[in-house]
Amino acid sequence: MRSGAHGGRLVVLYVVVTSLMLTLLGRLWYLQVTTGPAYARAATESRVRTVPLPSVRGQILDVHGHPLVANQTMPQVSVDYMALIHQPDGGRAVLTRLAEALRKPYQEIADRARLCSREVPRPCWPGSPYQPITVADDVDPRTVVRIAERQAEFPGVSTALRPVRTYPLHKAGAHLLGYLQPPSPSDRSGGPDLVGRDGLEAEYDTELAGRTGLREVAVDSTGKVTGLLREEAPHPGDTLVTSIDARIQELSERALAKAVTNARKRGEPADSGAAVVLEAATGRVTALASYPSYDPAVWSGGISQRDFEALPLVSNAVLGQWAPGSTWKVTSTAAAADAGYKLRASYDCPGSYKVGGRSFRNFDGIALGRMNMHRALVVSCDTIFYRFAERMWKHDGGLKPVRHPADPMQSMARKFGFGNRTGIDLPNESPGRVPDRAWKKANWERTRADSCRRAKTGYPDVADRKRAAYLKALAAENCQNGGVWWAGDAANFAIGQGDVLVTPLQLARAYAALANGGTVFSPRVAKALVRPDGSVVRTVTPPVTGRVDVSRRTLRYIRDALADVPREGTAAAAFKGFPFKRLAVAGKTGTAEAYGRQDTSWFASFAPAKKPRYVVVVVVSQGGTGASTAAPAARDIWEGIYDLHGKAHHKHAKKHGKKTTAGKHRHGHSRKAPRDASHNASHRASFEPARVGDAR
Amino acid sequence: MTTFRPTPLRLLRPRTQARRGWVPLLASLDWGLAATSAALSGIGLLLVWSATRTDPSSTLLQRQAVSVGLGFVLMWLVSRCDLRILRAYVPVLYLLALAGLVAVLTPLGRTVNGSHAWIVLGSGLQFQPSEFAKVALVLALAMALGELRDGERRPGPGAVFLALGLAALPMGLIMLQPDLGTTLVFAAVVAGMVVVSGAPKRWLAGLTAAAGLVLLVVWRLHLIRPYQLQRLMVLTDPDADPLGVGYNATQARIAIGSGGMLGKGLFQGEQTAGHFVPEQHTDFIFTVAGEELGFLGAACVILLMTVVLWRGLRIAARSASPYGTVLAGGVVCWLAFQTFVNVGMTVGILPITGLPLPFVSYGGSATISTLTAVGLLEAVHRTRSRTPLG
Repeated sequence: MRSGAHGGRLVVLYVVVTSLMLTLLGRLWYLQVTTGPAYARAATESRVRTVPLPSVRGQILDVHGHPLVANQTMPQVSVDYMALIHQPDGGRAVLTRLAEALRKPYQEIADRARLCSREVPRPCWPGSPYQPITVADDVDPRTVVRIAERQAEFPGVSTALRPVRTYPLHKAGAHLLGYLQPPSPSDRSGGPDLVGRDGLEAEYDTELAGRTGLREVAVDSTGKVTGLLREEAPHPGDTLVTSIDARIQELSERALAKAVTNARKRGEPADSGAAVVLEAATGRVTALASYPSYDPAVWSGGISQRDFEALPLVSNAVLGQWAPGSTWKVTSTAAAADAGYKLRASYDCPGSYKVGGRSFRNFDGIALGRMNMHRALVVSCDTIFYRFAERMWKHDGGLKPVRHPADPMQSMARKFGFGNRTGIDLPNESPGRVPDRAWKKANWERTRADSCRRAKTGYPDVADRKRAAYLKALAAENCQNGGVWWAGDAANFAIGQGDVLVTPLQLARAYAALANGGTVFSPRVAKALVRPDGSVVRTVTPPVTGRVDVSRRTLRYIRDALADVPREGTAAAAFKGFPFKRLAVAGKTGTAEAYGRQDTSWFASFAPAKKPRYVVVVVVSQGGTGASTAAPAARDIWEGIYDLHGKAHHKHAKKHGKKTTAGKHRHGHSRKAPRDASHNASHRASFEPARVGDAR
Repeated sequence: MTTFRPTPLRLLRPRTQARRGWVPLLASLDWGLAATSAALSGIGLLLVWSATRTDPSSTLLQRQAVSVGLGFVLMWLVSRCDLRILRAYVPVLYLLALAGLVAVLTPLGRTVNGSHAWIVLGSGLQFQPSEFAKVALVLALAMALGELRDGERRPGPGAVFLALGLAALPMGLIMLQPDLGTTLVFAAVVAGMVVVSGAPKRWLAGLTAAAGLVLLVVWRLHLIRPYQLQRLMVLTDPDADPLGVGYNATQARIAIGSGGMLGKGLFQGEQTAGHFVPEQHTDFIFTVAGEELGFLGAACVILLMTVVLWRGLRIAARSASPYGTVLAGGVVCWLAFQTFVNVGMTVGILPITGLPLPFVSYGGSATISTLTAVGLLEAVHRTRSRTPLG
């Protein structure tokens, strides 16, 4: 049957069959030759699973080697996503049994075990489906054992021990140490390890984290591991050795909290505060306390959004800034000496002093008579500084300033490190503020529009009519002349009031510069990073960022003056009965006024006065006068550092023997009180503060 | 070879064979067709071996070897048949096929992979009536379309309607399983055979229109099951649901694509070893060829298949009778369509339907019926006229 219809139709079939087969060949060529390499990569990806191996995060130690942050292992329950979805019911039965065993609602477990996507909201698993998904991390060990024993009932469920951060000091140093959070997709490796979010944990995150290891395994289509291709062991993180003294950190926080409590008893709001202890000669941080604090243990179990928002995460020691009050007179005195004023000369300290047509009063409006600068610092005379400020202001041209005003006070303040971030190895630091003509003008230009509007509209939203009227007048003044650096601004500046802002850490390093002869450091908390095997990766030394180029004699003069403040000056009441013979503490009170708020209470100090070892700065916001709130706290800290209440303590100890023994074990430090160097200058060692490591 | 011929089947002994002996016996075969069929079956065995190599307890290779052996025996026997005698048994075969398809729907049937297509005979012995129904259908349609009354040059309306009716019954039964793929094979066979039979062009046009109408009705009345629709959707975007419906398609393309030009070598395919492609020893056997043998090997399989189809068409063209032409044309349509759909789905140009790759896929019923179909081609070949085509 070759002829006719069949022949022709068969040709059609020939063509159809041939073109079908050619189509297949063409597609095959495209798949295997044109895009083959891409598919080869895809094949590798689908066949090889990279399982990250978590590394152990390094500890954070104090100066004596006591842990500030340590690791502890906690049982944890995970599920294998791939194993679950390959079960006939998608793992529902297993998860139900698991939820029962863990005594948790099924939904909670199921939600944590699902994969995140655009449609699936949290809680869900943001990581790889080939990584074990943690569904419970606060499991008691007995439950874990029960689940591990009944593997047949819990296919795809695994139990493991997971390292958890622990904080032996509890609340102490929470801000300093920082905290860890699960990594966001943009973080480092996107591995399983938590990431430091604040404090030292954030600053030294890379070093502490170590390197996440990885294991490349071959898997089959069900996700079952069929072989190990490559393994890179995780590198444990370095240990961070700090200059923090756990004991001093704890006692500083206690002293600060006590000061806040006492201030509140007196009716002050005392909303926040900070305490800083620096090594005067090195710029190392010995303690850095912030109030209010929190217990870093809240991070271990996972935290809800609401609790997170309620946490006092701000470290007031580096981020808080207030006007420094009279503690500032140290730089003003240095500036006056630098400008040629004789420190030993006699100056009048009237009750008030007229600057630019306005009367600026002494602290209590009391005239104190004639005195040298030593006395002026001891009694904290303001009017002498007003006069210095006014003269300097006039010398710079007053209201018609010269092209390059000398601004001796401002430039001295900057030499002491104010107005710039200290560069401490902690995140989120405030720069403080050293206001001058240029700043005021810039600030005026920034706020003029708002001031002028307020000058017209007033403050109908302020309930207090007197206050509203004052604010309106202020706004009108600011609208018109807000950019002018008045003589009054200079006067305020001289005594650390007005627009000056400092952080507690800045003040501490300025006092350290005063104490050590003029070296301004960028303080450091870290001392060294040490590998797990004990070898030192690198040591950290506080860099010198500047020098206060004031004669040594001037600095010594100021130091000597400050040494009399706790003995007979403004802090005498707070230091009543203090054993100055054993430890000569020098310091300066500060009471900074803030409109509409209670005074900021400051005390900045160093000791021993002749050869300063530590600087202690305490601030309590809305805490009242420096003498009433901050100075007693600083006294507590000094007594704690040098164990000066030793005798009283020993008496106390006999009554409450148990408690003290416990305390002794915890700190392990010698209760032997150091003797005063002035009595036995050759025994310098005994002059050292009690050290934890010296226990015998 | 003669001793091999079993006596009970003496009835089927070809009468056209004038002389006994090796030479005419061998000369009467289309050796090209037989050799390519054997090559494809051999490749199939290797690929099944490779696809099941990671499971030491698997007996699939042995079972497939038995199927291939049985298939070749049947092919040999069928090729020895006289078409006219075979023709006498067609109604019986057709009814047997229908009975098998009905039996599947009774409690005798068993569901595998969502398709209720199996009949189980005791332990481990099961068969797929729809595969054998393909043979019966080709034979029945050839009977309807290829036996022209005297003076007719092409089948009349009666013949075409008879053919459609004969096809509609098994197609309906297979749709009930449901097995869309096999139904489509039947449709392709019917269409191809009607075309080859020389039916008038207006008939062809009418049938095309009717087919379109049926498709429309199926679509509008939602007679297609959701999963079938989903498979169609996934074809356009397999990555839309990589772990669900699109998983097969994606994994198949990854396995084939990763083979590259030369392949990873037989028994070296990592995707195959990991069983990433489901059903890689049956419907997705081509992915094993693609990964392990590369473009060269996979193209070889397609070319061998093309040789089979061309030989089939050559046999159709040279057939002495319209019956033989239509019969051979039907077998070619079947194998061509099934090959195209199977390979097409593994390389991602057609939706996923459960059709095996002729000769190569694991599967007793499919292997045996395919080789029987080749036997039919050989039987037609023996009736060829001595003069070449033209």
